[in-house]
Amino acid sequence: MTYNAGHYDVIVVGAGHAGVEAGVAAARMGAKTLMLTLNLDMIAFMPCNPSIGGPAKGIVVREVDALGGIMGKMIDQTYIQMRMLNTGKGPAVQALRAQADKALYSSEMKKLIENEKNLTVRQAMVEEIIVEDGVCKGVITESHAAYYADAVILTTGTYMRGKVLMGDLEYESGPNNQRPSLKLSSNLEALGLELVRFKTGTPPRVNHHTIDYSKTEIQPGDENPKYFSYETKENLVEQVPCWLTYTNEFTHQVINDNLGLSAMYSGAKRGTGPRYCPSIEDKIVRFNDKPRHQVFLEPEGRNTEEVYVQGLSTSLPEAIQHQIVRSVPGLENAEIMRPGYAIEYDAVVPTQLWPTLETKTIPGLFTAGQINGTSGYEEAAGQGIMAGINAVRKVFGKESVILDRSQGYIGVMIDDLVTKGTNEPYRLLTSRAEYRLLLRHDNADLRLTDIGYEIGLISEERYQNFLNKKRFIEEEKARLKTVTIKPTETVLQIMSEAGASPLKEPTKAYDLLKRPELEYEDIEGMIEPNPEINDEIKDQVGIQVKYEGYIKKAIEQVGRMLKMEDKKIPENIDYDAISGLATEARQKLKRIQPLSIGQASRVSGVNPADISILLVYIEQGHIARVAN
Amino acid sequence: METETITAISTPIGEGAIAIVRLSGKEAVQITAKVFKGKDLLNVDSHTINYGKIINPETNELVDEVMVSIMRAPKTFTREDVVEINCHGGMVAVNRILDILLSNGARLAEPGEFTKRAFLNGRIDLSQAEAVMDLIRAKTDKAMNVALKQMDGRLSGLIQRLRQDLLETVAHVEVNIDYPEYDDVEEMSHEMMRTKSKEVHAEIENLLQVAKQGKILREGLGTAIIGRPNVGKSSLMNTLVQENKAIVTEIPGTTRDIIEEYVNVRGVPLRLIDTAGIRETEDIVERIGVERSRQVLKESDLILFVLNYNEELSEEDIHLFEAVKGLEYIVIVNKTDLEKKLDLEKVREFANGRPMVTTSLLQEEGIDELEKAIANTFFSGEIDTGDMTYVSNVRHIQLLNQAKKALEDAMEGIELGMPLDIVQIDVTRTWEFLGEIIGDTASDSLIDQLFSQFCLGK
Repeated sequence: MTYNAGHYDVIVVGAGHAGVEAGVAAARMGAKTLMLTLNLDMIAFMPCNPSIGGPAKGIVVREVDALGGIMGKMIDQTYIQMRMLNTGKGPAVQALRAQADKALYSSEMKKLIENEKNLTVRQAMVEEIIVEDGVCKGVITESHAAYYADAVILTTGTYMRGKVLMGDLEYESGPNNQRPSLKLSSNLEALGLELVRFKTGTPPRVNHHTIDYSKTEIQPGDENPKYFSYETKENLVEQVPCWLTYTNEFTHQVINDNLGLSAMYSGAKRGTGPRYCPSIEDKIVRFNDKPRHQVFLEPEGRNTEEVYVQGLSTSLPEAIQHQIVRSVPGLENAEIMRPGYAIEYDAVVPTQLWPTLETKTIPGLFTAGQINGTSGYEEAAGQGIMAGINAVRKVFGKESVILDRSQGYIGVMIDDLVTKGTNEPYRLLTSRAEYRLLLRHDNADLRLTDIGYEIGLISEERYQNFLNKKRFIEEEKARLKTVTIKPTETVLQIMSEAGASPLKEPTKAYDLLKRPELEYEDIEGMIEPNPEINDEIKDQVGIQVKYEGYIKKAIEQVGRMLKMEDKKIPENIDYDAISGLATEARQKLKRIQPLSIGQASRVSGVNPADISILLVYIEQGHIARVAN
Repeated sequence: METETITAISTPIGEGAIAIVRLSGKEAVQITAKVFKGKDLLNVDSHTINYGKIINPETNELVDEVMVSIMRAPKTFTREDVVEINCHGGMVAVNRILDILLSNGARLAEPGEFTKRAFLNGRIDLSQAEAVMDLIRAKTDKAMNVALKQMDGRLSGLIQRLRQDLLETVAHVEVNIDYPEYDDVEEMSHEMMRTKSKEVHAEIENLLQVAKQGKILREGLGTAIIGRPNVGKSSLMNTLVQENKAIVTEIPGTTRDIIEEYVNVRGVPLRLIDTAGIRETEDIVERIGVERSRQVLKESDLILFVLNYNEELSEEDIHLFEAVKGLEYIVIVNKTDLEKKLDLEKVREFANGRPMVTTSLLQEEGIDELEKAIANTFFSGEIDTGDMTYVSNVRHIQLLNQAKKALEDAMEGIELGMPLDIVQIDVTRTWEFLGEIIGDTASDSLIDQLFSQFCLGK
């Protein structure tokens, strides 16, 4: 027998990286929001690596921030090391990565959640979704509380039927020995959702005092750290370095000798693991010609001696893990504090979702994060905020917000998930984005602040600053077009220092900035400086001018893509009535229910002939003319 | 699927001793049976050839003796029931058979509709479909071979190899981006990228070069005959036409004076340009003026420049030599049956290495040499073109040009010192354009390449 525990606009199940973004976004958009978590002490916990960001992922954090999310600000306040990656490459692929103070990140997030207006957070185990007339109405907990809501967002991470694996040891568990969620999976299956079994893993943690760092290489943070959030002005803290060491033949020997003991190699049928984050067993088996693999030693925080051994993710038995760890230079005497393990869990097949992250079969039920088959804190956060936004928009009767593939990595990720699905835990990579020159770290605000403001997650003050920034960028670009630079001594001096061939005749500053060797700072030395603009704006002007040709080309491509996105597929289209569609295409289209021709064309198994048939059908409403 | 049964003449009209009328669709066999006298086609095995006669069922009049191939779905070209009626060549019989089929329930196929059906029914991929389009239009034996080879996937094979090369390069750049701290793989350098781009660029250029030949195979080598009046231009024309069984085609939408005649010289199809002009006025230069004739000459793939053995080299001849400078031409010294007045050494000097043949068209001498010379200009002396991969489809050529352009953009970026991840955008575009040729644009292959090529962990 349940008791009525109240009604909310939105319920978020889970308080991980997807859950907190969803919950805070919903609350800040004015929805009365309930957040249920298995353990209040594990809010926004990082069960695997102690870092946030990196290529593509770091840009997602920026996007979340531009939309008004919280991950960026939180990591800016709790980092122990900050690095800009790919600085030697083009602007499109530069990305920030922070080493996090895990415990601090989690406790600060808990504080934020507890103090958030409109947001109630409670410890509870959700076991059942309340569905009435096919529509999601709330959730029931194991303690018989029935919470009602107009929208429910599931962000269960790796907890659903979670199972920890280490050698022959296996037990039902969430990550880091948390209670698993054992009943919700079967409830979802009963409601008609298809689940898939994935796995991931984590390496052992060792005690800082037992590492001989002299045998490793130091990996310091940046001298002038940049920040994820556009609102973080400065938070200089003393940074903590990471360290690099390597596996060797002996390590590989130990692993090869004991491969049969690995939970993942013991022959039992297991969930699918990610290729981009392989266990050390996988690396040895799949690339056995490599004499060594990198191992990064990453501190887990300031107030702990635990060090994360990046690169040694494993499901080998504990006894073997000791041998492996101690075979690595610098770790000869290392004491494992927590062994590594693999974890299997249930995920929802994401092609069952609309691009709003609402399930197609159960209106009102949304899913976000690892439950959708992704991996990574940033991927979770990106989905979390979008699910939160769309749940509230739905409850409030407003139009949904869907980012397309040219607006953000978030758009790329969600489109990939709901259109193509994934057969392994999905991670964002820059190579997944067709328009990555447009999806830069530096311009996330230019891409998404308008949306964040419109939905009510960006403050008026921040928005005004943003508009000013935009104006300054345009004005400065316009100014550079009017200023002429002559080959004076100063100019030639600056050019030779920058390694640029000397200027021969007077040239517009704008055109000179296009030279690959010259940065905005160089040009600035040749003209009257603009006191109104800061470094961020200077960078932006430099990038926009220097890569103008490429950006223009990308924008043209986007234009063609958007044309296809604008061709909407009617909601009640009957694919069975369209003769001429190949059977595979028909089945896929019925399953995915793409919203546009553009989305349909990205469904695997739908070939160009099917698309042209679909186009003709939609445009003429009559298939008989297609093949004739 | 489609319900209507379509039919068309599927061999070039007027060519060959045998012509084929093809039907495809649910009622292909039934319709044929209605007009066929011989075995009961409804009950013959699939993939059999059956002798009999085509009759007009209304009048019972005999139309032609034929062999009828019955091929039932799905193991057919279109995956529908297909019937091929092999009848006598020429225009009359084949057209009457087509008429009868049309009045007995078949519908005239649109150009390429068989292929379209094959494609829509999933029988063939895009590049194969397009090869079939060309097959349909193929005008010569050579062109037929080109199209057939492409269907075998020669072109797709080559394109796939180029794409794989590019994909590995792109994956290399990607891994540098997505795994910046991964030190097992060397950082892709501008030099490496330049080398790879150049390699692929050369291959695409090569394909485009042979594409030109493919186009010639399909459309015929545009050939102009020039020379002063009374050197034997129309005799040359007539000789080529008589020797080689010309097909005269009225080009729709043009005035009657532009007629093209196709002749097949040793496997090289010649499209004799503006022949009507030559016939009427004996001289295109004279008829259309110097400027336009230059234009015509420029657009020609081959020029047959006729001189008179019996006359001295004139000012006019020298003008003509200037006009054809730099173009593909063959000098034909005609009328060797008459007294020699032409200074052949001087002509050879003017010809500057271009082939030169002496003929007496009147006495049918030197024609063999002339035909050899024509074949040589196209095949560069090698008739055997079996190993070449031709691209003979306009869309393919367009895509190859786009791919080439994209790669040139990439190479320009490299020279400018653009970051490789920017340059890579153009390399990826090249890869995509090439993919469009073979109908494969799945971007997932990059991710797969990434993970199979590199051991990634961070």
